[in-house]
Amino acid sequence: MNGAGLLVSTLDYLAWSPPGWGATLAVALGKSILIAIGAFGLGLLIGVAGAYGKLYGRPVTRDLLGIYTTIVRAVPELVLILILYFAVTSSLNNLLLAWGFERVQISGFAAGIAVLGVVQGAYATEILRGAILSVPPGQIEAARAMGMPPLMLAWRVTFPQMLAAAIPGLANLWLIATKDTALLAVVGYAELTLVTRQAASTTKAFFTFFMAAGLLYLVISILSTLIFARIEAWARRGQVRRAGT
Amino acid sequence: MMQGFWVPRRIVMAAIALLLVGWCAVSLNWTWLATPKYQVLILQGIWTTIWILVVTMVLGMLLAIPLGLAQAAGPWWLSGPSSAFCGLIRGTPLLLQLWLLYYGLGSLFPSIPWIRGSDLWPILRQAWPYAVLALTLSVAGYSGEVMRGAFKGVPHGQLEAAKAMGMPRLTAFRRIWLPQAMQRVLPTLGGETVLTLKATPLVATITVVDIYAVSSRIRQDTFIVYEPLLLLAVVYMAIAGLIVLLFRWLESRVPQKTA
Repeated sequence: MNGAGLLVSTLDYLAWSPPGWGATLAVALGKSILIAIGAFGLGLLIGVAGAYGKLYGRPVTRDLLGIYTTIVRAVPELVLILILYFAVTSSLNNLLLAWGFERVQISGFAAGIAVLGVVQGAYATEILRGAILSVPPGQIEAARAMGMPPLMLAWRVTFPQMLAAAIPGLANLWLIATKDTALLAVVGYAELTLVTRQAASTTKAFFTFFMAAGLLYLVISILSTLIFARIEAWARRGQVRRAGT
Repeated sequence: MMQGFWVPRRIVMAAIALLLVGWCAVSLNWTWLATPKYQVLILQGIWTTIWILVVTMVLGMLLAIPLGLAQAAGPWWLSGPSSAFCGLIRGTPLLLQLWLLYYGLGSLFPSIPWIRGSDLWPILRQAWPYAVLALTLSVAGYSGEVMRGAFKGVPHGQLEAAKAMGMPRLTAFRRIWLPQAMQRVLPTLGGETVLTLKATPLVATITVVDIYAVSSRIRQDTFIVYEPLLLLAVVYMAIAGLIVLLFRWLESRVPQKTA
């Protein structure tokens, strides 16, 4: 019995309908992608607020945001997931009980998005802060001098120009989001990696399933890289192309 | 410098932080910390985390240097596979790689007679070789990409000068190319080390008893939820802080020439 023969004979397990695991894996992949999208979106929202807070906020806000980003970047995601998962669930239930409501079971889906979003938010804060700083300050000052309201200034001046500088970092962050969804396997949420392990240990076809899942993640990452390259080219459309770059 | 830091609001915030720590120390349940059994386990766990981190960083960097060099200056049959390897490692979750190696190789090895019979078998039956292998490959993949940029960033004129002086290629690499690339990569390397530290708790999922596994065990034994997790967070923050300090010290030792 050699490895290659073993691999071919177990490919049947990947068939779409039972006894194949194809459909189950596809559902799990969908969950992973949705959580990644949700967490990335939440992270962006936190990141925009955090970046503006760090740059233009009052000193106390800045210090608090500094503590947030430092802690999140120093503590493993796995530990944060456990802490936030337990803390969020129990404090929400305490609040609900205090207000006279029933206790709720937070779905793994919502908790996953919330937890990964908080983690992503810390990184997004730093990326967006750097990107805002890359906008020539003279332009922002000019817009202020012209009496442009802050929101319009952000929308018309800061945002379009910071985008080009932020996209590479954000692309990286999105890739981290897709891969970090795998960590939810450890708290028992049935995303792609956990389902893959279940399938693999049921059928004993470890290589087949883990390689298939790896291929799925790889396809996501390659597609994302291509898409973000397009977006970056679009975001840089107004910039002067220097020779040699 | 300290005067700039200790402005009134920071003193208030530090006081609040101290109060919080005091509240945690008094009102949370830390009795399990006094148990000698757990003290030993915690110290062993921290030790496991640290040696896995150090070993995988060193081995990973040793792999990353040829990977980066192959991508920066190698022929296509070296640069192609190297960048494919980096893409593969960076494109899939570490947890998946770890489980592939542990469960996959772990189920394959026992069926191969000469591996079962070899002297290495007692080692291969344990979990840590797979943990070290997976983390090493991960470090190599991520740092290989960083090293590629660092090798490319060394000014070409320097290498040409070395060549013009008749320096053998290996000597030029050892004396000029590698030191300057390493100097460039040092700040990034600190960040990579912290990222690797943050990846180490994954090894607990394949039964390696690091500090994360110890904290989970204490949680299961005592039904105390938050306190072991808090301790865990503090331990990781302390190690991360040490890494940052270490690399700051290393950077200060390396002469910097700013143009």
